[in-house]
Amino acid sequence: MTKVLTNRFHLKGRACDIDVYKETGGYQALPKALKEFQPDQVIEEVKKSALRGRGGAGFPTGMKWGFVPKESKRPKYVVCNADESEPGTGKDRDLMRYDPHQMIEGMIIAGYALGSNTSYIYIRGEYWYIKEILEKAIAQAYERGYLGKNILGSGFDHDMYVHPGAGAYICGEETALLESLEGKRGHPRLKPPFPAVVGLYGGPTVVNNVETLAVVPHIIMNGGEWYKALGTEKSGGTKLFTVSGHVNNPGNFEVPMGYPLMSLINNECGGITGGRKLKAVIPGGSSVPILNAEECEKVNMDYESVAAAGSMLGSGGVIVMDETADIFESTMNITHFYKHESCGWCTPCREGTRWLYKVFERMKRYEGRPGDVELLYDLADKILGKSFCALGDAAAMPVQSAIKKFREDFERRIKHNLVQIGKAAD
Amino acid sequence: MFTQANETKLDELITHYPVKRSAVLPALYIAQEEHGYVTDDDVKYIAQRLDMRVNEVEEVVTFYTMYSRKPVGQYKLQVCRTLSCALLGAEKIAEHIEHKLDIGIGETTKDGKFTLMEVECLGYCDLAPCLQVNFDYHEKVTTEDVDGLIEGLK
Ligand SMILES: Cc1cc2nc3c(=O)[nH]c(=O)nc-3n(C[C@H](O)[C@H](O)[C@H](O)COP(=O)(O)O)c2cc1C
Ligand code: SF4
Ligand code: FES
Repeated sequence: MTKVLTNRFHLKGRACDIDVYKETGGYQALPKALKEFQPDQVIEEVKKSALRGRGGAGFPTGMKWGFVPKESKRPKYVVCNADESEPGTGKDRDLMRYDPHQMIEGMIIAGYALGSNTSYIYIRGEYWYIKEILEKAIAQAYERGYLGKNILGSGFDHDMYVHPGAGAYICGEETALLESLEGKRGHPRLKPPFPAVVGLYGGPTVVNNVETLAVVPHIIMNGGEWYKALGTEKSGGTKLFTVSGHVNNPGNFEVPMGYPLMSLINNECGGITGGRKLKAVIPGGSSVPILNAEECEKVNMDYESVAAAGSMLGSGGVIVMDETADIFESTMNITHFYKHESCGWCTPCREGTRWLYKVFERMKRYEGRPGDVELLYDLADKILGKSFCALGDAAAMPVQSAIKKFREDFERRIKHNLVQIGKAAD
Repeated sequence: MFTQANETKLDELITHYPVKRSAVLPALYIAQEEHGYVTDDDVKYIAQRLDMRVNEVEEVVTFYTMYSRKPVGQYKLQVCRTLSCALLGAEKIAEHIEHKLDIGIGETTKDGKFTLMEVECLGYCDLAPCLQVNFDYHEKVTTEDVDGLIEGLK
């Protein structure tokens, strides 16, 4: 299987050093782009690659770049979204700590393509040691003339800075991220206008995920068609999946788009822990609908296939649960997360997540009232599609899908049912 | 207000942005590193340095969970409670620390050494269960690991 992004992972961080990165093929794409490509041609090549954003929404990257106006009175910005806070996801962590230059090189090329002279990496505050790795790598890139003024004699200037977040999931949402970067609370902005037109400090801004940007040098070196051919027709290339939960060998794995989920679990991850039976998988980070074992058997890991199975590829955070898992408990856990992380800006999400959790709490004590399962479903419905940003949907979808597919785990929590069961036993 | 080294750091940070205010999150980390938490004086001083109003800084501090406006223990034991960690026994880890240090979640030991916190996903899901002590990550932690770790810090 062709690996694109993880070829330096076995060096366990030695590629953080610019010399090791160069010896292993690094900083060849940037000179090539500057010499052989007009900025527009870079965008064209990215369009050809069928690369879709790896942060969660899966928006076509070339198209996003194409939205940035050529002329702009205000400076344009490239922002790397390294907030990585979607539960189940830890891939950007390894991309940055094992191969920081790969992403940095991609960002500089993006800057060249978009006519932007400044970029920021917004990294979650907890990843402080990775922030330091990035700062060192950036300093090395300046020393070697890959950043700064007149990069490699091309006349193109680019500066890059790392900016720490401080513990707020919502700041992974691109407009909340920009607010946060401007020194404010991380409340999302109304869209449109989209950041590509009005973004950071009012200037056109491309926000891309770590993994998305790390792909860019490879597209320049080998061509968009090559990258696309690694995956499926509509989902080009490879993808990193973080597999966690009940598997023998959890970790980050790079596989071609379209790879069967069960192969990922059985081959890459060595199967389910203790040889137990699979119960459910959350395939794309905690915010996407859950799949039952039967659905898992059939699904391939690309945007279209996972959507056809009724879920989403999301960030690629694959959470595996075996037969010992209680889907009521797992869904309550996720609901706690969204209640905690709701930024409080809009009522459906702020109040809705609290109400959801309240009902979960009494059901956890086996004191659910008749109709509580329906109430949970209905509360989620009051959030879904009615909140200001996508966090609301992220809170609602897991609840609804879990009830649909694992209703018995919820029904057991209704007090009335226990009484009935007790009576039957008498 | 900060040590000279940190003042220099802050001056440098401000040059990263077209707007001074953008440096507020990094500035708050500096304050917290120096004083253990963000003090009232820190809030006022940062406001003055970054051309912000005091309440604007206050608004920011309270939004982000990694800042504390009150003194906390020297070591923050932050146990991840989110799903991937929960599936692999995060709750047991938290309970073990509670018993060992005789404190509840959110509490600090009498000697001011340890504060136990439950936090949401730390990005180490594939390395669960995960515990962060201040900024240091500990992966695939067991109760024995926790014992060793705490003894080492005492
Ligand atoms: C609540 C919420 C949290 C998000 N968190 C992240 C994140 O941690 N990292 C990320 O790259 N994208 C995250 N996103 C998606 C971003 O808004 C945005 O779509 C993405 O950064 C664009 O980059 P891409 O096109 O390369 O995927 C989040 C979105 C929402 C609604
Ligand atoms: S949906 Fe939730 S996170 Fe998004 S703006 Fe509303 S309250 Fe904030
Ligand atoms: S769930 Fe604990 S680190 Fe992600």
